[in-house]
This record gives sequence, C-alpha cells and structure tokens, in this order.
Amino acid sequence: MLDIVVLFFIFGLAAGLLRSELKLPAALYDSLSLVLLLTIGLKGGEGLAQQAVLPLLPQLGLVIVLGVVQTLLAFAVLSFIGKLGRADAASTAAHYGSVSVATFAVGANWLTTRGIAFEPQLAIFLTVMEVPAILVGIVLARGIGQQTDWRGLAHETFLGKGVTLLLGGMLVGWVAGPVGLEPVKGLFYDLFKGALALFLLEMGLIVAHQAGELRKRGLFIIAFGVLMPLFSAMLGLACGLALGLSVGGVTLLSTLAASASYIAVPATMRLAVPEANPVLSLAAVLGVTFPFNILVGIPLYHRLALQFTGVAP
Amino acid sequence: MTLKTGVRTLLTVITESAVEESLLRDLDKLGVRGYTVCDARGRGSRGVRNAAWSASGNIRIDVVCSRALAETALRHVQARYYDNYAMVAYLHDVEVLRPEKF
Repeated sequence: MLDIVVLFFIFGLAAGLLRSELKLPAALYDSLSLVLLLTIGLKGGEGLAQQAVLPLLPQLGLVIVLGVVQTLLAFAVLSFIGKLGRADAASTAAHYGSVSVATFAVGANWLTTRGIAFEPQLAIFLTVMEVPAILVGIVLARGIGQQTDWRGLAHETFLGKGVTLLLGGMLVGWVAGPVGLEPVKGLFYDLFKGALALFLLEMGLIVAHQAGELRKRGLFIIAFGVLMPLFSAMLGLACGLALGLSVGGVTLLSTLAASASYIAVPATMRLAVPEANPVLSLAAVLGVTFPFNILVGIPLYHRLALQFTGVAP
Repeated sequence: MTLKTGVRTLLTVITESAVEESLLRDLDKLGVRGYTVCDARGRGSRGVRNAAWSASGNIRIDVVCSRALAETALRHVQARYYDNYAMVAYLHDVEVLRPEKF
C-alpha cells in the first residue's frame, strides 16, 4: 500500500500532466514548507534534549565527507560520461551531493507510519548535509580564489531559509524539551501529515511541469536521475552502518544520501554559477530523482537496511 | 493649484527572483535612492515564469532617478546579468511630483 501522502503526490502529478487548472497559492507552498522544516527541527531537537550531544560531533564529520564524496562522484559521471560542460556538471553535481527536505519528510513519515524508530540526530544530518555540496560545487565550477563572492554565498548558504528554520526549530525543541513542546504539538506534530500531503500535492504539480524538459533531454538525464540516487543510497547505507545506526536510522540516512536538493542548491547555484543551466539540473532532480525516491527508493532502502543490519535474512 | 512636476527617468527591470538581493545591492552601490519591487509572472524566451514556487518566480523592480544614473544602472545590469539570467530592462521618461526627491 502506498502511503497516503504519496497518493497526494500522484494526484498532483496526474493533475499537472493532464494540464488541470489546479494551482495552489504560492503563499501556501511557502507556509507548508515552513511548517515541515520547523517540525523536523523541533522533533530532532526534542530527541537531542534526551541524550548527550557531544558524541555526535564525529558523526557529523563522516556525514560531511559523505556529501563531498557524492558531489565529486556525480561531477565525474556528469562530465566524463554525460559530456556536460564544467559549469553544468558542477551545478548538477551539487544538487545531488546535497539533500532534499521533502524526501526526508516522506522517509521519516514512511518510517513513523510503520512504527519504525530512527535516531533524532538524523535531523542534524539533514541540516549539515545541505551545505558541503554547495561549496564543493562552486569550487568545481570556479576553482578557488577567483572573484567568487564567498561572503555573500556563505550568508546565502548558512542563513538561507531552510537551514535557519531547521536549526531554529532544533534549538527551540532542544531548549523546550518534550514537556515544553506539549502546547504546540497540535500544530506541528499532529498536523504534520496533513501539511506533508498538501505539500506533496503541490510537488506533484511542480514535477509535472518538468515532463516537457525531460522529453527534450532524453535518456542520459533519466538514467542519471535513477542510478545516482541508488549509488548514493549505498554510500549512505555504508555510512549508517559505520555509525551503528538502527534500521530506521540507516534507512533514513540512505534516503538522505539518495535525495537531491531542489530548493537551497538551485537558488545558491543560480547566483554562484550563473552560466549553468538551471533547467537541466531541475529536470533531473524534480523530474526523475524526487519521484523515484518517494515511490520506489524509500521502501527499497529500508529493505536493504534490514538486510545489512542483519535484522532480516 | 498648479502641479509642479519634473521629468525623471523610470528604469524597470524584470528578472528572476533569484537575483533580487544581489541586484538591489548593486543599485544601492550605484547611488539609487529608492526602488519598488514586486513579484511578477509572465512568459518569455526562457519559458513560462509562473511564480508557482520560489525558484520559478520573477520580480519587477522600478527605480525613478536621473537619466544619467538610470543609464549607468542599465549599463551595469546589462554587463553583469544579461548573459546568464532571464532579464528584460527598459527606460522611460516619467513626470513626477517633488522631482528633487529622485
């Protein structure tokens, strides 16, 4: 059975492909993403309030390395096999090295629905993994030291909407703890599924817009959009095992690794590497990888996690 | 009561919302005293920009200033952004009240 939130995605996708008049107000999309980001932050913070934080630092180091390695690999594949220009390859690689909050939310929801627990630090991993790919992508496109406005980009990267809301939510959740969070749980926890469902309806519409682009770009982008997340998921799986995460944690870290950014990275890359074609990377990320991950990827990563953690034969 | 108006130049730039901050910073540096920004949607050589979500949004910036400054700004915009961003910019003369303000 598909999750109810995924059904909403398919609904949006179908409506978009049929060119329905359906259009959600842009302000709603923004509000929903705000609720999702804050909730993920709050839940992570709440979990972290109940354990020691310092031992997590080395884990963060490994997760950063994961993001960097993914970006470099994607860049190599895109430039040598895909024959993309340097700017396009670097920009698209940054999308794949970074992560997607929506995919994470669907993955977390998939696990919660099935009563599978995962570690609270996954929310920190999500936040941390947004950034390194962007920096690596810019260096790949530009080299170091040229007239890149690093200060402006750092501001954009570290204080962008996503990272700010995630970190802010985490801090609030951490300070408040489970008891303090009680009064706002109605809005953030109980409504999470509904908000995610509506959000995915809009995502379906957005993904449907990519169909035309995909038809133009052809096989390589589709193949890359499916194979890259599979490969990244294996890297994520290995990382999760190395960190000794639970089955849920390994599944979610694989999902994170497999996911590709379509909000933070495109916005930053647009400024940092303007000559890269944003249509190309968005077609791959939104048109192929995002739907692949939420429809096929997450259950698959869970099955792999079960096998490798030795829980299932 | 007579209206005391003067002629100034209105510079309008329609572009991707991605460059809003950087463009406004440039305008400030060039000495522009004020501007108006609004969200926009439309269609052009780079396809439909429907503002359905943030990455596909456009903005429209209006600046009223002297002819010389407007031309400097337009030249800057052309050099810095025209190659890589969806952008349309134009000048027109407008009559404004309190021309000394601009």
